[in-house]
Amino acid sequence: MTVKEIINKYGNKRENLLQILHDIQNQSLQNYINEKEVNLLSKEMKIPVSDIKGTASFYTMYSFIPRGKYIIRVCESPPCHLLGAQTIFKAIEAKLGIKEGETTKDGLFTLEGTSCLGICGVAPAMMINEEAYGNLNEEKIGKILDQIQEKESN
Amino acid sequence: MSKRSIAQILVGIDGNTVLSGARKIKTKLITEINKQGLSDQVSVIETGSIGPINKGVVIGIYPTGEMYGNVTEKDIAEFVQEKFVKGRPYKKLLLEEKMQPEIDLKTYDSRKTQYFGRIVLDNCGKINPEDIEEYIGMGGYQALGTVLKEKTPEEVIQIMKNSGLRGRGGAGFPTGLKWSFAAQEKESPKYVICNADEGEPGTFKDRLIMEGDPHRVLEGMAICGYAIGANTGYIYIRGEYQLSIQRLEKAINDAEKLGLLGKNIFGTDFDFKVKIKMGAGSYVCGEETSLLNSMEGFRGEPRLKPPFPAKSGFLSKPTNVNNVETLANIAPIILNGAEWFKKFGTVDSPGTKVYTILGHVNRSGLIEVPMGITLREVIYDYAGGISSGEFKMAQIGGTAGDILSAELLDVALDYKSLQEVGHNLGSGAILIMNDSVSVVDFLKCCMKFFMHESCGRCSVCRIGTKQMYESFNRLEKKEAYFDELKNIEELAKGLNLASFCPLGQSVASPVLSAIKYFEAELSEGINPNKIHEPVTREESGIVFSYS
Repeated sequence: MTVKEIINKYGNKRENLLQILHDIQNQSLQNYINEKEVNLLSKEMKIPVSDIKGTASFYTMYSFIPRGKYIIRVCESPPCHLLGAQTIFKAIEAKLGIKEGETTKDGLFTLEGTSCLGICGVAPAMMINEEAYGNLNEEKIGKILDQIQEKESN
Repeated sequence: MSKRSIAQILVGIDGNTVLSGARKIKTKLITEINKQGLSDQVSVIETGSIGPINKGVVIGIYPTGEMYGNVTEKDIAEFVQEKFVKGRPYKKLLLEEKMQPEIDLKTYDSRKTQYFGRIVLDNCGKINPEDIEEYIGMGGYQALGTVLKEKTPEEVIQIMKNSGLRGRGGAGFPTGLKWSFAAQEKESPKYVICNADEGEPGTFKDRLIMEGDPHRVLEGMAICGYAIGANTGYIYIRGEYQLSIQRLEKAINDAEKLGLLGKNIFGTDFDFKVKIKMGAGSYVCGEETSLLNSMEGFRGEPRLKPPFPAKSGFLSKPTNVNNVETLANIAPIILNGAEWFKKFGTVDSPGTKVYTILGHVNRSGLIEVPMGITLREVIYDYAGGISSGEFKMAQIGGTAGDILSAELLDVALDYKSLQEVGHNLGSGAILIMNDSVSVVDFLKCCMKFFMHESCGRCSVCRIGTKQMYESFNRLEKKEAYFDELKNIEELAKGLNLASFCPLGQSVASPVLSAIKYFEAELSEGINPNKIHEPVTREESGIVFSYS
């Protein structure tokens, strides 16, 4: 959908801005909102670019720089921390060769730390895009990432 | 329920189990039951979370109440054979605990019964949350019908006041009183907002309520709308809660089709529409005025109070904001009356509370118990004891909550009893920690969370949380200043006093309670010889350029 179509879907009102940003980002293959889209949005909704960026950058789910196709969000909050979130980070870093905030060279994965995902019952936990994974350990992470890589190489 | 068979297999499908293949297991169960020719005796029902959380796919059997955990597709054939053909429990996957039985009011005694019934989670794990007929079959939307046809808005608010229900989001404000504020306002339109931005680490009760019984929340919102004179409701929900969003959307559509939401509900002239708004990852948006800003499409920074949302909320109109769990309590209170509700819990905090129990316990998960049970009961009666080592401390109410040491194991968990010992109940998360946990490391993690989630609007919180984090960093490296603890305490008090919103204020809770009970351990990180020396310009790293 074009930016204009997304705006029309929700209605051209400030109160729908977050929803519109969600949709724009979701249809980007690199999980971000690009400069052109922000400018268009600004013109259509009559909100200054600075305001749109100021609002969007407040929320952790939006990005203005290209990210991987798969965003790995590892929970860093205390319940997961207690049960080994740090080892999860290390395992992913070792496997993919990226640090928190970085994207793999093939543009497949971005590693991010996040606050509580609300799936503490299966701590330590992470989300990859919309999918949640729990009761993680090194072995499980290896399998999950292998599966995605395999799927993508086909 | 639309059809009752002799036995029912409940498959708990929620955010956790869906990952372990719960949907496939449901299909496989149906196939096997059909294969054995049992389809008219045994029905397979999809439902929300059944209770145990870290046991993979959990299925429950009605009416026996047995539960089976870590169920995989491979087990199904043998399971059906054992359980339904041979008629004996399938030992391999049988869980120790049973499903919570229904409340028998005649024999109910709030302090003596070992197993308590449920109010909020009554339907969770029993009905198919995606089938409105099942909710109606359990008495759903009856409360709304009664209210619209037989009661005035004033009477509804009076019932809520009499029931003594307090907001379950953490602050514990009396719900009836809150409604009366919004009801008094003359301006229109008014709004009802369901706060489903559950971001407090360790808390996921709202998610399980929305996934397990979405109609209950909608019914509560509609009753609130009638009471305060609002025709529009919004559910502000975390962007991460995809399954909740899907189920709520379906629930809204189904209810509108049957005329239980939308225009002229139950043939009366009352209209009520519910819409969903998605958050985008921000903890502070759980604070009601930040939530309003976020809903309006702005940065989720808190607003100055007063004016309170009841006077000037969403789009500057009178607005009532309630937590998901609070709203899930409304319909049962209306149906059974305020006196019934007061039988549960304590005099000051009636009703039940949904807790999530996490950390180093044998059975982590979700329980609904009357207000006023003790931490010891939670750990040893419900959570099956400490999983390894000795109990060291518990944090109640999420990261913004107090840390309790072993000496408080027998304090009743309700608003008043905790206040008497200087603590708060908070959101319902109970994080149990054993003696392997270092207080410093744990607090450092808490402070990192606050530092990240501080919205930056007031400098007290923006800078204060960062300084806190640095202090605990130094304590961890055993390089803290000789007076570090005193400074931390002062800073915590300052944050509590001067922060703009509850986020900054609540940083003090874990810090001050930890100092109270674990001062000796925290002091180990102090280097008594380290004093504050003046920093030279070079050391400060600030480069001045005069060219």
